[in-house]
Amino acid sequence: MDLGQLFAIIIGAIFVSNFVLSRFLGLCPFVGVSKDPASALGMGMAVIFVMTMASLVTWFVYVFVLEPLGITYLRTIAFILVIATLVQFVEMVIEKTSPALHKSLGIYLPLITTNCAVLGVAVVNVDDFIIADLPKTASFIYTVVHGLSAGVGFTLALVLMASIRQRLQLGDVPKSMQGIPITFIVAGLMAIAFLGFSGLKI
Amino acid sequence: MSVFKEFTKGFYKENPVFRLALGLCPALAVSTSVENALGMGAAATFVLVGSNVVISVLRKLIPAKVRIPCFIVIIASFVTIVELMMGAYLPELSKSLGIFIPLIVVNCVILGRAEAYASKHGIFLSALDGIGMGLGFTFALVLLGAIREILGDGKLMGYMVFGPDFQPVLLMILAPGAFITLGLLMGYFNVLDDRRKKKLEGGSSS
Repeated sequence: MDLGQLFAIIIGAIFVSNFVLSRFLGLCPFVGVSKDPASALGMGMAVIFVMTMASLVTWFVYVFVLEPLGITYLRTIAFILVIATLVQFVEMVIEKTSPALHKSLGIYLPLITTNCAVLGVAVVNVDDFIIADLPKTASFIYTVVHGLSAGVGFTLALVLMASIRQRLQLGDVPKSMQGIPITFIVAGLMAIAFLGFSGLKI
Repeated sequence: MSVFKEFTKGFYKENPVFRLALGLCPALAVSTSVENALGMGAAATFVLVGSNVVISVLRKLIPAKVRIPCFIVIIASFVTIVELMMGAYLPELSKSLGIFIPLIVVNCVILGRAEAYASKHGIFLSALDGIGMGLGFTFALVLLGAIREILGDGKLMGYMVFGPDFQPVLLMILAPGAFITLGLLMGYFNVLDDRRKKKLEGGSSS
């Protein structure tokens, strides 16, 4: 466990291998919920929370349940059930504690289950940190920090996209390119900009 | 005729990637070459057909309130089968598809077909729908993969297309190429759809 590595994980997950723009994870909400910046930010916050929690819980499930029992091949089923339960739980908690937030997030919350960025971060954590020969505390901290910063990277891409799309409404876009097609062209240009980060040496 | 329609709708009219904008993540991520695209398409088709058939068999037993978790568990079982089989028999393909094999679970095409079709129709039609949609998904992947591989690598299925002097456009293999190619293809499909609609309107008014 050293801080340099931790810093590299954070910058890597937010910029260098951004979950949306370079790993292609979570594209459905990226296209679907990026119409105005406010709801994009709300969705992003919910995803950050679920991704961090999912990283934490799947670490415990993998290290203390799947590995000792020798059933690591069931990780896909186990993880998706954990995530579905988690999302349901988060929805119930938000509904009880702050009905206003629940109302504004309403439709996006259940959709997080099928956001492939969440399952993606759990699977990447297993491959990068849990299987790797690390001490338990280090792999735990890396996993949680990676989950958190991957969520931040997702939110960054989502909010940027929403702001660009708001400007784009004034633009003169050919009829057949309106809506999703032009969003992908913009995403391509954003991805070119994010490619610039790949030269970063940390 | 209607059976044939169930089968072919996945290619053009309801193509999951170009028309419905579903299953975008794997479509963009694995379409760096035709070979990867075919592998991913085959895996997704297998899961689609399997889960469609099982869900269609169990559709009267599954309570409506917990149907989504039930669907996800059924889909995840088929994905695990694919994951293990591919790791055992095609280790190289399994390596190049990487985390996108377990992520078939959250591919919206599969859950979408389970919810919209298999839970309401019989076994035979559901299987046919699964095959059709799976082939449509594969078609979209291969089209994307072919464009990206030809422009970004100068090859098709590993064979040189343009000869040795071709300067490959590296960008097409990288992430931005995927977004831009898909955006342009979707725009093109919209143009085709508009033309078809105009033709239909012109035909009915005259």
